[in-house]
Amino acid sequence: MTQTLETPTGDEAISADSDTANPVVGASGSRRLPWAEDIPNVSALDMRPIKWQFTLSLVGLALGALMGIMQAMERLNVNLYDKTPLSTYYQGLTIHGVALALVFTFCFANAFLSLTVMKGFQRPLANRGISDLSAMLAWAGVIFASYAMLTNQASVLFTFYAPLKAIPAFYFGAALLVISTWLVLLNMLLTYFAWKRDNPGQHVPLLAFISIISYMMWFIASLGIAVEVLGFLLPWSMGLIDKVDPQFTRTLFWFTGHPIVYFWLMPIYVSWYMMLPKMVGGRVLSDGLTRMVFIAFLLLIPVGVHHQFTDPGIPFSSKTIQWLLTFCIFYPSIITLFSVVSGLEEGAKSRGGKGRLAWMLKLPWGDPAVAGQLLAGLGFMLGGMSGLVNASYTINLVVHNTAFIPGHFHLTVGTAVALSIMAISYWLVPYLTGKEIWSRKLGVVQVFMWFFGVLIFSRGQMHGGLHGMPRRTMINDATYLDQFGSWDLANIMTGIGGTIMFLSAVLFFINIIVTLTRDPDRVQRFIPVAQVRSKLENGSWMWLDDIPRWSAIAFVFSVIIYGEVFYHLLPLNAVSKGLRLW
Amino acid sequence: MHIDKYEKFFMRVSAVFLGLAIVALVLSVVGHKAALPEPAERIDPELVRSTAPFDEPGLYELDNGDYEAVLVASAWLWDGIDEDFVIPAGSTVHFKVTSVDYIHGMLIPETNINAMVIPGQVTEVEATFHDPGTYTLLCHEYCGAMHHTMGAQFTVE
Ligand code: HEM
Ligand SMILES: [Cu+2]
Ligand SMILES: [Cu+2]
Repeated sequence: MTQTLETPTGDEAISADSDTANPVVGASGSRRLPWAEDIPNVSALDMRPIKWQFTLSLVGLALGALMGIMQAMERLNVNLYDKTPLSTYYQGLTIHGVALALVFTFCFANAFLSLTVMKGFQRPLANRGISDLSAMLAWAGVIFASYAMLTNQASVLFTFYAPLKAIPAFYFGAALLVISTWLVLLNMLLTYFAWKRDNPGQHVPLLAFISIISYMMWFIASLGIAVEVLGFLLPWSMGLIDKVDPQFTRTLFWFTGHPIVYFWLMPIYVSWYMMLPKMVGGRVLSDGLTRMVFIAFLLLIPVGVHHQFTDPGIPFSSKTIQWLLTFCIFYPSIITLFSVVSGLEEGAKSRGGKGRLAWMLKLPWGDPAVAGQLLAGLGFMLGGMSGLVNASYTINLVVHNTAFIPGHFHLTVGTAVALSIMAISYWLVPYLTGKEIWSRKLGVVQVFMWFFGVLIFSRGQMHGGLHGMPRRTMINDATYLDQFGSWDLANIMTGIGGTIMFLSAVLFFINIIVTLTRDPDRVQRFIPVAQVRSKLENGSWMWLDDIPRWSAIAFVFSVIIYGEVFYHLLPLNAVSKGLRLW
Repeated sequence: MHIDKYEKFFMRVSAVFLGLAIVALVLSVVGHKAALPEPAERIDPELVRSTAPFDEPGLYELDNGDYEAVLVASAWLWDGIDEDFVIPAGSTVHFKVTSVDYIHGMLIPETNINAMVIPGQVTEVEATFHDPGTYTLLCHEYCGAMHHTMGAQFTVE
């Protein structure tokens, strides 16, 4: 991970410890290969699929936010569904979930981790055609699924539990989107083996290693949903299979549905571990520990049953085993907390920060890319704690399927991930386009708004959930609403917080769109990657790097743990023809 | 590999903390009988309406003074709960529930009742109702366009 771009470029050189996200340089740089100083031999053609994936990701965010504000207003008794072509609240909620939990996050990962692999290996990805194909499949998938959702033929929410039965285009689109992520992995692995051939006996660069482990994790994790969709739901929706087993398909869904959370989070961890310290002038604490944290996620795939604690068909043994494994996951996240904060402290102290906590004020809060990720991390601490509640077996009974859960995950995926992606955009858009961000001040205002908005929103949802308010429900039209006076406060907070979040998203898009209208070649193309404080020597700890071996272990472990679950679910109980009541 | 001494300390404290949380939860299961649903039996949703006990949903008093509530969930009704569903405070109700169409969810706020109702499966859960008042059984899993109307009230006196 060399820092090629810290070499001065004449009078306009930027000192290495300034805000490095998007320093301005003259238009003197090479026009043909604007990224060449950051990643050798990378051309505009290598960046093209990355731009397309990233654009699709932001389209998902925009669409999701539009649906989000309608859900928030519903809490304030303002029904916007009557005023739009949407038929029901649930049609909107399906779009919200799919656009944000699947499209926004997956396409960002496709773009961002392709880029970090190139940066880590200091070379383009092995096969440009695969990257192009992946971007095309992602777009095609989103178009198919959008057709199904927008015409109200797939109002099945983003979990699409059978017997809810959508038209085939919905499942087909979802499958294409997943296949696009597999193609990204394939290209990463080709690049990995090519690099290994050229660099025998060397440690895989940390940045590339953790990026590929993230995708390997996702590939194994996605096999559940792949079998569910390709083996059952798609043929069922096409009429090739008559009936499916709702308990079984749901279990396949959650095989993927838990580690999907890692897939949302791991690209953000890559940024928090490797980039955020650089942006504040610090270093990565430990090479080996960072690798281990990512490997831990890979190994802890099979815990999805913790989403099914209240399912009738899953036995006590599966619930207990996977509950205990779930508790292991908090461990890598706790280590991450220490490592990332330590990198931040080092940076802040090198900028003159003092004291036990006061150093935090010396962090570059004026840079939206930094401020956004710091706030996202803060949100994640709250989200992680509420996650501990959800995972706590019997305490799960208090919160399962209540509004507490959206309260929790708008702090995790809705803030730790979404706010980080917005923050990263503040350097990534300039990096990809050469255009300088229009207003950094507006960016800072935007990220703070999101943070305070989500604090109010989530507090409201959690309050409601603890008083028995169900999630996935058009609350203000609920026939039992008048029984629950304590829900009023929850609804008001959800409405106000959600509105602030929506306005924040609007400011984000204004900033990005105006940026796109500016002149190119105004910024130096530079991915911020921090140095490692405690490095691994070549020759020692080489086993830590063995991606194929870790993947095989993770796969076998998943098969064993889930073998136990499936053993209890067989023979299949295919009883549901499926129906459409929306 | 070198690990910072503060980090080592931090890792140990975290491990102890997670260990204690696990112990507390095991105690909640062993000591307080907080239980999760377990596999009861399988049933064909198309035959539910003609299979005992689901052919006659409702509230039944058992020999030991407890109650059994046999419920059939369908979009968007809870069959088996009506104005006659009245139980004395302090009674324990054993719920036996299944679905004829979609997945539904049963939630009775302020109680321990929170479980999924899945076509093909029978859900068995129980709760003791100590406080008199009106309770609501509501559906907490999306089950189609009118999901938010799927609630039923009953009385504890
Ligand atoms: C504009 C800001 C947002 C607002 C106002 C908002 C509002 C909401 C509300 C009120 C719900 C609960 C709906 C219900 O349970 O009936 C919800 C669900 C959800 N939100 Fe958001 N949200 C926002 C942003 C996000 C973001 C950024 C993400 C993720 C990246 C996200 C992911 C989700 C998911 C996955 C669900 C669950 C959908 C389901 O249950 O099927 N939201 N949102
Ligand atoms: Cu999970
Ligand atoms: Cu429902």
